[in-house]
Amino acid sequence: MRVQDDDLFRYVLRLGDLSLVLGQRLGEWVAHAPALEEDLGLANIALDLIGQARLLLGYAGEIEGRGRDEDAIAFLREHGDYMNPTLAEQPNGDFGQTVVRQVLIDAFQLDLYERLISSADDRLAAVAAKAVKETRYHLRYSGGWLVRLGDGTAESHTRVQSALERLWPYTGELFAEDDVDRAMTDRGIAPGLAEVQKGWKSRIDLLLAEATLEHPRDQPYSWFGKHGHHSEHLGYMLADMQYLQRTYPGARW
Amino acid sequence: MGERMEDKHQWPLYEVFIRARGGLDHKHVGSLHAADARMAIEHARDVYTRRQEGVSIWVVRSTDITASDPAEADSLFEPARDKVYRHPTFYEIPDEVKTL
Repeated sequence: MRVQDDDLFRYVLRLGDLSLVLGQRLGEWVAHAPALEEDLGLANIALDLIGQARLLLGYAGEIEGRGRDEDAIAFLREHGDYMNPTLAEQPNGDFGQTVVRQVLIDAFQLDLYERLISSADDRLAAVAAKAVKETRYHLRYSGGWLVRLGDGTAESHTRVQSALERLWPYTGELFAEDDVDRAMTDRGIAPGLAEVQKGWKSRIDLLLAEATLEHPRDQPYSWFGKHGHHSEHLGYMLADMQYLQRTYPGARW
Repeated sequence: MGERMEDKHQWPLYEVFIRARGGLDHKHVGSLHAADARMAIEHARDVYTRRQEGVSIWVVRSTDITASDPAEADSLFEPARDKVYRHPTFYEIPDEVKTL
């Protein structure tokens, strides 16, 4: 049985999974961050993201109309049913790599949420209105660190530059428009991705310049996380994330 | 405190002051490590305002605070002890005045 509004369902899943997967990744830093203060900073961002995921995945469940709530969608789907862009699931690496991943996604979410506030879909507009404030802070945090590390010591510069080279190829997917995106734009629900990309690019260019980092060359887009085709990393992450709910179904605390 | 050597491998210490609501004073809530003042504000936000404790943050380098010497407490504070007349407790307060 097809979901009645399959396009909207998929679109909302993509947004929700982006926040969910990134939030889970950041959560892996808890008790491992370079300083107590960063531990809390990363955990705060993770909690904001999980909060966004709850609203979005809950909404996706309603659109789907099969009685799945936010938890069922977050914890009981298979690997190929996650619709996050591939960038979000990339491993934390060192702190610099986490910062680079965060900057690239924060800037994307910020440009997206700023426009989703005027979405024709009231629920998405409401989520965006809440999330945009959180995301501004996230980018302030991650962007601040990008500049510190990029314009820091020779070692920190080398590390973030190589993280940037490693993660850059995944950014193409963020702006690769497909039928779902186009349908959302036509219905006034989502902004055009070309427009989002323009805003994103100017933010990123400014940050890279301030961080004295070299802009990586664009590469042809070849990742399909938002179609459910993921890198090897997502499976390991989900195994950790889903273990408890799979082993003790319905466990609460 | 002001004379303490700073560990070169650690970020310097900042003291954090939070204003809970508009109209109230900034109160000292604790301290944290940060590379500079901007980072100290961000850390203070993350560490001390997670539960809506504040609407404004001040941070100051701990080494910039000059503290009174506990050894001098006798000469600094004892002389005030027998001067109860400095407390405004000898006035009759009208019933209409609710808060003073």
